[in-house]
Amino acid sequence: MITGLRAGPAQTWGAVRLVPLLRDEPIADLRLHARLHDEDELSIVELSAKESYIAYVPHAFVATWTPDGSPAAAYGTQLIDPREPGLPRAIGLRFRRRLARREDRHRLRFLPLHLALEGFLDLQFGGPPIAWQEWTHRAVTQGLSPRVEEAYAGASITGLDDALRVFEIHPTQCGVVLHLADALAAVFVVPHPADYRALHPTLLRDFYGELLYQYASLFPEVPDFHQPIDAAAVSTVDDLQAELDRVAAQWSAFHDDTMFTVVAGTSRPVHRMGRFTLSRFLPPFDPALDNHIGEVITDERGTVAYLKTFRLSAAQVRRGHLLSRLAATGWDLDATAAALGTDRPGLVLRLDRAGFGHLLRPDILDACRAAARRRD
Amino acid sequence: MDLQERVACEDVVMFVNAAVTSTGQREFHTGAAEQRLSLAFLHEYVLVNYRELYAATLALDVNDFNAGLVVLNLLRTAPAVPLPRRKLEGALIAAKLRDLPPQRVYRILRTLRAEGINNRRTRAIVRDWVAGRPDIAFDAVKYRRHLAGAARHAHVRLPDEVGTMLFDWRRPKRYTTPILETWRRAHYDQRAVFDLPYTVAEGFAAKHRINRARLLNQNGGPRLTALERLRLEGDPHRIPLTRLAVYALSLPRPERARRRDELTGALRAAARRAAGRRAGTWGTVVGVLDDSYSASGSGVKRRRPLAVALAMHYLLEALATRHHTVWLTHTGDPLLVHPIGATPLGQRLLDGLRLRPDRLVVVSDGWDNAPPGQAAEVLRVWREKLDPTGRTSIVHLNPVYDSDAFDVRRLAPSVATVGVRDAEDATTLVELARFSTGTATFAQLRAHLDDLVEGFLR
Repeated sequence: MITGLRAGPAQTWGAVRLVPLLRDEPIADLRLHARLHDEDELSIVELSAKESYIAYVPHAFVATWTPDGSPAAAYGTQLIDPREPGLPRAIGLRFRRRLARREDRHRLRFLPLHLALEGFLDLQFGGPPIAWQEWTHRAVTQGLSPRVEEAYAGASITGLDDALRVFEIHPTQCGVVLHLADALAAVFVVPHPADYRALHPTLLRDFYGELLYQYASLFPEVPDFHQPIDAAAVSTVDDLQAELDRVAAQWSAFHDDTMFTVVAGTSRPVHRMGRFTLSRFLPPFDPALDNHIGEVITDERGTVAYLKTFRLSAAQVRRGHLLSRLAATGWDLDATAAALGTDRPGLVLRLDRAGFGHLLRPDILDACRAAARRRD
Repeated sequence: MDLQERVACEDVVMFVNAAVTSTGQREFHTGAAEQRLSLAFLHEYVLVNYRELYAATLALDVNDFNAGLVVLNLLRTAPAVPLPRRKLEGALIAAKLRDLPPQRVYRILRTLRAEGINNRRTRAIVRDWVAGRPDIAFDAVKYRRHLAGAARHAHVRLPDEVGTMLFDWRRPKRYTTPILETWRRAHYDQRAVFDLPYTVAEGFAAKHRINRARLLNQNGGPRLTALERLRLEGDPHRIPLTRLAVYALSLPRPERARRRDELTGALRAAARRAAGRRAGTWGTVVGVLDDSYSASGSGVKRRRPLAVALAMHYLLEALATRHHTVWLTHTGDPLLVHPIGATPLGQRLLDGLRLRPDRLVVVSDGWDNAPPGQAAEVLRVWREKLDPTGRTSIVHLNPVYDSDAFDVRRLAPSVATVGVRDAEDATTLVELARFSTGTATFAQLRAHLDDLVEGFLR
């Protein structure tokens, strides 16, 4: 479950199930950066000048941050003091073919997918901290970059566009849990309902794992949850009201206990500002479970103000598992192999199969491959 | 009642629901193509299986789009019908055509021509309709190409000057019919443009380079219909209730607040007109009205479901002795209602039923989603445990056709669901509702429709 939020009744459309997350008290002192809002509907302006707030920029959000007005994408979710003129850390973008898109300056959108995900993962893994001789010079100096992970745009997922279009946003809604064919695809939470209404359509421009793309294409429809009311328990109007409340609480509990499968294995605080803390979390990298990476902003009481997750595919989980083991042992090959219950050639081959062969020196890789061939 | 009769009853009610609500346009959940495909199937199904009843639906308040389809389908398949029934069909079609707005009828005539439907009965129907027009010279000016096409196709004999005007207008030096003469002069003389009907004047204004402001203001303006007056000048008088509600909702909320007294007054007056003799006869009434996001309709039917709900609010106010409205999320002045939020129908139904009214009217598209299906549960338990004698009569009016189900979406099997396009028709449609819940027989349905047909033809 997510602290400070309550699951509302789910709405389904085709294979998509959207569970709204409701907040009884919206958080007013952490708001989407004003530059990302449409100038015509600035709900932020409603705050008086004396009240201060902290602004946040979601990871991979594209806006005209730079002085010359060219687009740039925020690099990692960031907390910003809106009174300071400084710009968030951003990657400049140059669009060659899609120049026309820039004309629509008020539309919020995300970075192109591969870049966004790569940045996301790059934030987690920096490469070997110690220059062990097995790793190439490039791996030590530049980390895993360039690293490509594939993801699918929300727009290419069957039925997601219609599901988001017909979804009826609750008045107090501050987030959504997106299930595709009843697999949890993403969680998105913002501090304030106005922010959510502004960002709801961007879910379509967001990125989703390969598995979910397949699920959404293969499963035609998910059923609504039917929650019967026990007629035997009703003899007055108040009883019926009590039954409705019971059913709502039951659903909320079922969602939090059974359907909500995001588990933070390790969480690392990145930035503190005022009473808010931005942290990134990694899953336990257990291939038997759902594994979600994400970013979260919490306040001093642990209430989740902002949350965004991405579900890793099985291959990505395996890669993440290897990398997390390597990171735990300081990228020492022998120690890692021992931790994984294998030997050095075994680990090297696993790394190679997982797509990390280019990080190892070619002679080491060749020796291990030859050893494996001899063993067969 | 045996199964066959029951199926027939349901089929006919289903068709009427579809024919009242669907206009073949995009709705919030489904696209225009799906709507048309689904509707075309339904028309064919009922035409083949229940031809008599299919023709009889013309006597009901089916919408103009569907009335057009029914007329076309009947004329297309005319030879398949024995003679005495042909007469009745012909009478029904003629009566319906007289009822329809002329632009709709001309569209039907154009389709007849395009499809080459030209049997003797069709020609007779066209001839009678044209002969029955109150001012054929006016039609000749306003619908010139259409009337010419219809006259050519059905060999219609027209008054001399009209015929000349349609097919050889340059020949006479002047016409004796005033409107034809004005139209002739408008080709050469700017002053004549202002005396023509607005749509025709617009064409000539473009030719003479008269801008729209001048066209609207000079010489007391052009001749506008009531709807054109509403659209161009915002004059809310003499407009039907639902149309007025659509107009009110098209205004931005600050403007609605500014014109509150004027708009509320006009809506109340329209509601009183629609209620007629039934005003104040419904006892205590609670309306549960849907203002969820899906009530915003689509780009072509903007806020239509919400407008029906708003119109219903004023109509129920006129019909009831005591009246209370429960919106799903909105509170305060009904005129400022805005389609937003989810659809917690179960909870709101309970809020309404708690007041123990004589009648409860639900206006909703039936997409009950917070939580899904709870409205059905609340209604079931209410009937079973809290109101077994049926003291409160509940009816569900649905303004949206669901093309997947070939019907409007229902809330619960025990509650009658009726399709509605204009709130002012609701009182007559509610009568038909009992045939869909299995409490009335097919013979009764047939008798009911026969009564309607008789009243319609008289």
